[in-house]
Amino acid sequence: MSLSREVSALLRKELLLEWKQKYALYGLLMYSLSMVFVISIGLQSSLPGQAWNVVFWIILVFVSVNAIAKSFLSESSGQFLYLYNLASARSIIVAKLLYNIMLMTAISVVTLLFFVFFSFSGTFGDLGQYITVVLLGSWTFAANMSLVSAIASKARQRTTLIAVLSFPLVIPQFLVCISASGKALLGEPWSASLSELIFCGSFIVIIGLVSVILFPFLWRE
Amino acid sequence: MKTKEILRTVNMVLAIGLIGYAVVFGLTKTLPYQNANLGQTSRNVFFHVPMWFAMMVMGYTSVVYSVLYLRKAKPHFDLLAREAAKLTVLFGVLGLVTGAVWSRVTWGEALPATDPAAWWPWDPKQTSALICVLIYLGYFLLRSSFEEETQRAKIAGVFNIFAAASIYPLFYVIPKVLGGLHPNTGDQGSALVDMSSEFYSVFWPSVIGFICMSIWLLDLSGRRARLEHQINQLQYDE
Repeated sequence: MSLSREVSALLRKELLLEWKQKYALYGLLMYSLSMVFVISIGLQSSLPGQAWNVVFWIILVFVSVNAIAKSFLSESSGQFLYLYNLASARSIIVAKLLYNIMLMTAISVVTLLFFVFFSFSGTFGDLGQYITVVLLGSWTFAANMSLVSAIASKARQRTTLIAVLSFPLVIPQFLVCISASGKALLGEPWSASLSELIFCGSFIVIIGLVSVILFPFLWRE
Repeated sequence: MKTKEILRTVNMVLAIGLIGYAVVFGLTKTLPYQNANLGQTSRNVFFHVPMWFAMMVMGYTSVVYSVLYLRKAKPHFDLLAREAAKLTVLFGVLGLVTGAVWSRVTWGEALPATDPAAWWPWDPKQTSALICVLIYLGYFLLRSSFEEETQRAKIAGVFNIFAAASIYPLFYVIPKVLGGLHPNTGDQGSALVDMSSEFYSVFWPSVIGFICMSIWLLDLSGRRARLEHQINQLQYDE
């Protein structure tokens, strides 16, 4: 089978699984909602724009670790063994990356809606730009954490490990996203955060390629 | 074997000689101060910056050994990757400490010593260095969670390469994108604008000296690790 056919078949499998086991998706949405809820209650009042923005990105990092952790952790070793016989390592990681990007698109938009509803006061300077930065940022998280999740799934104490390994890796993107979305919140023109957007875009491509190169070394371990 | 011994000796002499030179002349040489805020503390550039050079050399060496391990699967390469990662953390911590002290008397001069911002102003370069140290601590945690030797070596190697590929390029990009307190960040261009030629005659020898020192340490700890590995295997065979 060609790579593209394998990838689309695997992607279909992921989406079908997600649809059949809706509890995982609901669990994720509940996690996002309860995190937003706890923080909003703790704050008591709504936050001014820039501080709100920082808290939003912190929430998003935690939600994405949880969302992506399940991408390899949930596969039992038996399922893995079956997959190895069917598909090549390349198509497995490409399908996982695409699926995690789709998942993060949904989760980040929902988290944004929750957090706007519960504790945002003020106005978005440029809403379209803000959402673009949020999507790009969540995709960089997805790209970065996919391989880390595969690495952590091989070890003991998996859930601690994925947080410990991926948090330092996402700090730079986290800082760049806060800077870019802060500018979008103030309504500055697109050109002001152009370098940040290019950074995020090229980062996704590079990390995707590195993951595709490295994953074959992992998958039979 | 003979050339290896010669290289070791040359490296050792260079490390001791050049660092000794940097200590003596770095502290005694008369230097022109272009910046009143830095003053005499600019001598720290002879020690603080070479530590980062040594750290980066060890970081890249660790990645190279991990790549070699994944290609050749010899246990020795994995041991060297681990030892190089340890030295990256060592030089990273040294750099962070000398940087924090330097920050206290320059950027944080006006602040009281109890204010954390006097020591730690969250400059992007400082943050990147801390991230690097954190990543290697994660790498050691990852290593410790495997029992089986080849599995540990392979998966830790993959993480080492992945982390380096996603973080090392950013060390050059992030300070430019976000700006910071260090010289030559933000829009100021890429040359070392603040140092006059009198500095370089001490600065570059010190950089080479620290790099030789890191190679010396790596050679020693690599040989020790190899011996330990052999002893373990002998015990296992019995």
